[in-house]
Amino acid sequence: MTVSRENSKMVYQGIKDAGVRFLTALPETWLVYLLQMAEDDPQMTLIEVAKEEEAVGIAAGAHFAGTPNIMLLQNHGFLGSINGIVSLAMLYRVPLCMLIAHRGHMGEPYPWHTQGGMVTEPVLRGLGLPFDYAREPRKIGKQIHEAYTLSRSSLVPTALLLTRDLMEGDE
Amino acid sequence: MKRSECIKALYEELEDCLVVTIMGACAQELYDLGHRENFFYLQHAMGLASSIGLGLALNRPHDRVVVLDGDGSVLMNLGTLTTLARYRPANLIHIIFDNGSLLSTGGFASHTTSGITDLAAIARGAGVPNVALTTTAYEFMEASADAFERNELSVIVAKVEATGPDHFGMDLKLPENAFRFERYIKEKN
Repeated sequence: MTVSRENSKMVYQGIKDAGVRFLTALPETWLVYLLQMAEDDPQMTLIEVAKEEEAVGIAAGAHFAGTPNIMLLQNHGFLGSINGIVSLAMLYRVPLCMLIAHRGHMGEPYPWHTQGGMVTEPVLRGLGLPFDYAREPRKIGKQIHEAYTLSRSSLVPTALLLTRDLMEGDE
Repeated sequence: MKRSECIKALYEELEDCLVVTIMGACAQELYDLGHRENFFYLQHAMGLASSIGLGLALNRPHDRVVVLDGDGSVLMNLGTLTTLARYRPANLIHIIFDNGSLLSTGGFASHTTSGITDLAAIARGAGVPNVALTTTAYEFMEASADAFERNELSVIVAKVEATGPDHFGMDLKLPENAFRFERYIKEKN
């Protein structure tokens, strides 16, 4: 399966429609078209990090500066960022909106993704963070808007899990 | 040289800057000089002070951003130096107080204690355009003055003694600090 360019466009449009013009990311296969769109968009600032936990700090700095922002990362990057999420974002009530590529779940052919795929949801539940699965391209815009809105009103990190159905599509 | 002397020497200069400090002794020494609404104390999440500084600097290009960091924290997030170098915000000054010690958590030796690990060399190797290594108060003041004058990303490594305050505590709750810092920036516009 390949990554769906059309569905990636819908995700990107959802990000733009939420009013976000500042993204942090670490490149990952499912995010490849999203990152290309962000790079080609003169309205968007894209900051690529060396490790995802940095993005929690950068997002907090952007938030303090009043800049709406979203984090793009793989679920393993989320797992690697837990201390930043807990001891910066949650501790200081800094909202984060995370769009997480949910690798390693149903249909995953690559063994190396599988453990991370199985523990992502339990970890989100353990942290008490609101999350939702994004499966349908036609709903993604609304879901991004809602995840973003809730992070801002609750001052709690929220996550949208970008699933295989969405990111690989039927192409 | 002591970190508290360096922070004291910078204090006036920090009045109009957005300042992010790391936890423990560094935060306490700045706070004890007098809290200002433009100070954010990151009391945990070691390593991320410079990342917060980057997020601020990129989004507030007309404000000077100063990060007061430490060797232990930087060692937990060495990648940050490469990200700073890549995006090179001209308005960011990253000061790393290197006391070779995890002072706030028991005083155990950090990797820089033996002198084997050279944070200034790491910053240079990461591609930071201006890196100063300072071992005396005079050198620190000179490097700081240069950094505040130039309009380009600067990292200053200050070799300091492993000493800290004899007390810890602030009359400032952590989210309160975040809320007031955000509001300060909003009202600065």
